[in-house]
Amino acid sequence: MADGSIGLWTVPLAVLGGAIRVSTPFLFVSLGECITERSGRINLGLEGTLVMGAMSAYGISYVTGSPWLGVLAAGITGALLGALHAGICSLPRVNDVAVGIALMLFGTGLAFYLGKPLIEPTAPRLPAIDFGWWSDVPQVRAALRVNVLFLIGVALAPILYWAFRTTRWGLLIRTAGESSDAARAMGHSVLLIRLRATMVGGFLAGIGGSFLSLFYPGSWNEGLSSGQGITAVALVIFARWDPLLCLWASLAFGGAAALGPALQSVGVTSGYHLFNAAPYILTLAIMIITCSPKRTLTGAPAELSITR
Amino acid sequence: MDFGRISRRHLLQGGAALTLGAAAGVRPAFAADTTIGFIYVGSRDDYGYNQAHAQGAAALKKIPGLKVVEEEKVPETDAVEKTIESMINLDGATLLFPTSFGYYNPHMIKMANKYPKLRFEHCGGLWSDKDPKNAGSYFGYIDEAQYISGVVAGLTSKSSKLGFVAAKPIPQVLRNINAFELGAKSVNPKATTQVIFTGDWSMPVKEAEATNSLIDQGVDVLTCHVDGPKTMVENAARRGAFVCGYHVNQSPLAPKAYLTGAEWNWEALYPKFVKMIATGEGIPNFYRGGLKEEIVKTSPYGEAVSAEARKAADEAKAKFLSAEGFAIFKGGLVDNKGKTVIPAGTDRGQKDPELEKMDYLVEGVIGATS
Repeated sequence: MADGSIGLWTVPLAVLGGAIRVSTPFLFVSLGECITERSGRINLGLEGTLVMGAMSAYGISYVTGSPWLGVLAAGITGALLGALHAGICSLPRVNDVAVGIALMLFGTGLAFYLGKPLIEPTAPRLPAIDFGWWSDVPQVRAALRVNVLFLIGVALAPILYWAFRTTRWGLLIRTAGESSDAARAMGHSVLLIRLRATMVGGFLAGIGGSFLSLFYPGSWNEGLSSGQGITAVALVIFARWDPLLCLWASLAFGGAAALGPALQSVGVTSGYHLFNAAPYILTLAIMIITCSPKRTLTGAPAELSITR
Repeated sequence: MDFGRISRRHLLQGGAALTLGAAAGVRPAFAADTTIGFIYVGSRDDYGYNQAHAQGAAALKKIPGLKVVEEEKVPETDAVEKTIESMINLDGATLLFPTSFGYYNPHMIKMANKYPKLRFEHCGGLWSDKDPKNAGSYFGYIDEAQYISGVVAGLTSKSSKLGFVAAKPIPQVLRNINAFELGAKSVNPKATTQVIFTGDWSMPVKEAEATNSLIDQGVDVLTCHVDGPKTMVENAARRGAFVCGYHVNQSPLAPKAYLTGAEWNWEALYPKFVKMIATGEGIPNFYRGGLKEEIVKTSPYGEAVSAEARKAADEAKAKFLSAEGFAIFKGGLVDNKGKTVIPAGTDRGQKDPELEKMDYLVEGVIGATS
């Protein structure tokens, strides 16, 4: 169009762009949590891990000038927080949900404390790959500027799906999650398996955080996560512990987050609070439809403290 | 008068005579130091609302004889009462600045009743005769600076489509949106302002999505009213759009894209308040002002602002600074649903309390308040 506007096409385009831009943290946290929960443990602390990852990625990227080192630092920070969670949970009579809540508060608090001097400076950001080169509509090009982390996340989902079914360590994680007695009988340490699974989960959640601060929205501030970590943990239950469903659920949540602003921008202004709440309404509805008091959730690892 | 040369004793005597003596009718015993407490709802270096207040507090720290204590991230709940109590009882604060909107009623009012000898100054509240005499509210007509931003935006935009990322449809926000649009329309009759409400004061992902959606609609100059404009400024600049800042000067974040901005000038007001106490004149309970009173200011023009836009903006500023002032909201104002909201012939001057109840968007603004 002559004035550079694309009218109502903004909405589907924004939802597509939002699915790509906003979904990545959801995707990484939910895949990480999927691994942890499949091993029989819930780590609710991933909200704190996400925020710590965002902060450390921004800090390292600012100090070293390399955003990729920042991503690595975020992953390591996440793995350490995961190890802390697993370490505390391996003590007798410790409830993993309570530890998770404590670590969520610890992670966000520590990130705010250490991140104070990082609010003002501007750190180098991760580069984007331009997949919209074929189009001469600037809006399409903007929507299709994709970050490598998103592509890694998308590739990771089917790899995990395959790994849980066919690889040795995937089966081990599932054994630990379905029946710790069976894993022990096979001569494996359940605690060690869960430690590793929680560390890998934390590593991925930390990388999800680095996406927030280094790509989109692309700077460090204290409201950065606004609960995305905890939403992603819920998303794993919603996706029935299936990595492929985690991918679709993350994309749906990302797209839904873009829906409210996009509808307002084309003039659908009534009830924007309702559209802003779309992702949560979606979750509630699916939860209500699929839950039943007569049986445990399908696909839920039997050792998980919420299903036991 | 050079404030730095006033002895501390003078300051204390003045302060005692006025704020405490006059308010409560008692001559209070004063501590050796005057301690001033600042309470912020968010982080002090958020490139936004709280940073503006912290800059004002920093200006007070430079004055000899004054001690400033600060606390950040205090929620608008009972927590602020606890913070006030501890500032009074542990730090000996005698003048308190709870700076966030939701602190006023009931929290600050309750504390002002409990400590009638101390002075409480709230930013944004509406002090009325029913409230305690030792409490006060001050605020700036930052819509004057937004009007000037609108003038610059209206003359810089190529598409004549402006964007506004707003938090909530409350009167102060609506006033800024409307002033921005009226400023733009005064120089560019085709100019429209599209507004997107994110629903809360700090929602970085929503703010970034709103920025992208507006730019997808052809908007090429954006401004905002959220707590931390950093997200909007950086994301708009990355997409090649121009921005007008808010709260403080954000030009270091996007030097090429930054046109101008509406800033608070607390670093001028707070020393003035202390001076008022020291001279015995006292702070009026209800204190308001705009560009002329130096409570708000505009950021220096960015390099992308044309000579024509600079001239028009300077002229608008001169009107605000003139003796007779300038009413942004003039009679015959129509809202974007076609209803006349200010009848012809009655200009609403800045101090008109009706404006603090604003619930409409003017003609030319695309969006709705609910």
